[in-house]
Amino acid sequence: MATQSQSQFFSQLKRYYSFYTGGFIAFVIIVAILEQMGVPNKVLGYIFLAATVLLYAGIGVMSRTADVSEYYVAGRRVPALFNGMATGADWMSAASFIGMAGTLYLSGYDGLAFVLGWTGGYCLVALLLAPYLRKFGQFTIPDFLGARYGGNIPRSIGVFAAILCSFTYVIAQIYGVGLITSRFTGLEFSIGVFVGLGGILVCSFLGGMRAVTWTQVAQYIILIVAYMIPVVWLSVKHTGNPVPQVAYGYVLEKVTAREKVLNDPTTPEGAKEAEVRGIFKARQETAEGKLKALEAGGAAYLAEEKGKLEKAAADLKAKPDADPAAVAAADKAVTDYPADAATATATWKKAAAGAKAKTAPIAAHAEPFAGKDQAAIDKKRKNFLALVLCLMVGTAALPHILMRYYTTPSVKEARKSVFWSLFFIFLLYFTAPALAVLAKFDVYTLLVGSSFSELPSWVASWAAVDKSLMSVTDINKDGIVQLAEITIGGDLIVLATPEIAGLPYVITGLVAAGGLAAALSTADGLLLTIANALSHDVYYKMINPHAATTRRIAISKGLLLVVALLAAYVTSLKPGDILFLVGAAFSLAASGFFPALALGVFWKRANKWGAILGMSAGLGTCMYYMYMTYPFFGVNAPLWWDINPISAGIFGMPVGILGVIVGSMLTAAPSKEVQDMVDHVRYPSLENDIDTKAA
Amino acid sequence: MQLTEKHKEYWQKNLRMTGILLVLWFIVTFVIAYFARELQSVTIIGFPFSFYMGAQGSLIIYVAIIWYYAHYMNKLDQEYGVHEGDD
Repeated sequence: MATQSQSQFFSQLKRYYSFYTGGFIAFVIIVAILEQMGVPNKVLGYIFLAATVLLYAGIGVMSRTADVSEYYVAGRRVPALFNGMATGADWMSAASFIGMAGTLYLSGYDGLAFVLGWTGGYCLVALLLAPYLRKFGQFTIPDFLGARYGGNIPRSIGVFAAILCSFTYVIAQIYGVGLITSRFTGLEFSIGVFVGLGGILVCSFLGGMRAVTWTQVAQYIILIVAYMIPVVWLSVKHTGNPVPQVAYGYVLEKVTAREKVLNDPTTPEGAKEAEVRGIFKARQETAEGKLKALEAGGAAYLAEEKGKLEKAAADLKAKPDADPAAVAAADKAVTDYPADAATATATWKKAAAGAKAKTAPIAAHAEPFAGKDQAAIDKKRKNFLALVLCLMVGTAALPHILMRYYTTPSVKEARKSVFWSLFFIFLLYFTAPALAVLAKFDVYTLLVGSSFSELPSWVASWAAVDKSLMSVTDINKDGIVQLAEITIGGDLIVLATPEIAGLPYVITGLVAAGGLAAALSTADGLLLTIANALSHDVYYKMINPHAATTRRIAISKGLLLVVALLAAYVTSLKPGDILFLVGAAFSLAASGFFPALALGVFWKRANKWGAILGMSAGLGTCMYYMYMTYPFFGVNAPLWWDINPISAGIFGMPVGILGVIVGSMLTAAPSKEVQDMVDHVRYPSLENDIDTKAA
Repeated sequence: MQLTEKHKEYWQKNLRMTGILLVLWFIVTFVIAYFARELQSVTIIGFPFSFYMGAQGSLIIYVAIIWYYAHYMNKLDQEYGVHEGDD
């Protein structure tokens, strides 16, 4: 292959992936025919799972390699377009694919922080980092820190930060893998995790970056097709226009009009909504009343109340014509009654909060920072802006993304490649808001007002699968569905769209395969980043610089296995909530990496001590704030300026930048060699240039 | 390795373009989001302006920023003779 020119390679790749896309579509059609022939849905789920995981493993086997440059940076000949697709898949995680549209459905404008943050960050990648890192041309991000700042300390902090944010992030991905496989095949969560992991490992284990790159391109194609088909269908159903991104402005107007009707108690439907909200309000007050009584009366109150229930049940049973259902309900009330004060407090607090959430009027989808007064509005706006900034800067500092720009053939291609990356990511991200609005329109107009005896089939089927994703209860017993009676989990939106749009089950399987592709591709990139940081930066650069290449690769593969198993083990413990893990990874990367990387290119005076101070102070501040304020850790200290813990990077970043500046100014300027190296990365090509490229 | 005046000029031009594009990036992201409540009464193809920018408009501008930077710099490389050989 060495004799092959880059343009031949490019056209060959285009041919391969065109065949592949055609083959994939043919596969979907075959599964659709199987469905028509009456093959059960569960079997179709297995077929999709098995076929895609085998496909990724197959690409892994075909791309196996023992060459260092192929293993770490795919031989540095990935054309811009394909690197863009691979970055897209690497980037878009389970959270983007499944969670994003749901977040937008639930929080309207305020959810756009994720859309803006996860795309706008690429401007920083393109303008501040990618071309310079490509010119530098080694294997990992800590490599750059090591060469630019000298010594092992900046490199070690880089390794620590890379592992910290990648590991936090990879747990969220593996969790997504387990969720999807278990939901669509009925396998147990932990088994689902290991099946998915098998697919990841065969691929990255055999071929490192090379295999991961070509698998990610394949995964991108699956995930974008899977995302688009149901949305386009839904758009045609509601607007007659197959371009949802253009059509949904009109749907949004209708949703807004509908919100007004439902919020207005003088209309018949609005009155019904108000009635349901009133019932929830009463429930909230009852629960709060019980909490207060418990605080005053303690265990005695509990015993007394339980006695009353027992008496009521006994009285009921004593009646000769007692309704068996009522007796069962009374018995259940007795057995369900909280056994001690702690359980009682927890149960009632939950009940009060659950009911309270249902008492608020419908939030307007397109209204930014809705709040009851100016202070609430300001707080929301502040957090929105802070989150956007953290996600953007975090994007420009996550090592698994930056690493991808080492794989292009030149600086010029690296610049173009960032464009293709964002373009492919953009295709999904500017569709997600359309999907959220279209789904909302469906729920607000078709589901609300329908009769409980004739619920749409997708509602019944999802309510049967998981109550937290979809549940409807007739609160005011009028037999008609009110909006306040519906509970929807965010993940439902993407997963149920095919059924909402009235598409056959094969499309649901396709969406599951897409979600799996998104989670697996991101997990692949992250695991590789962690294993490379350990094998390349720690083992080769710091412990044994004379290691033979075969040994380096063997160590890297061994570590990959260990890290993957460790991550799967941690995931099976189900720690914390996914959105927080993802957000934490971005804040950590933004605080730890970004200042030292960007100033390393743009400020020659930045030196070793500045980098050490900046990185450790930035990371430290970010971790400290998260530890003090995130409820998971149980400290619950007051927030600084009302900033939520997910945006902890907003404090870490300035501290990091200040740290680099102060540390550098207090110590001597970097040596001539280092300054030459900065010039070297600034110009794509110089006469008598030095060479920092790794073989 | 000695940098000539021409090299310095190349870097200055790069910095200027980077700065301009970053300002644009900042405006479409943070300035518009900051005034989102004030801007929502303006309508663009059926959308309230602030919602449209957050969901689509700003994204399109991001893609354009990156495309333009790649185009501008790849041309500047040629102009100042710092481009790479053919790969």
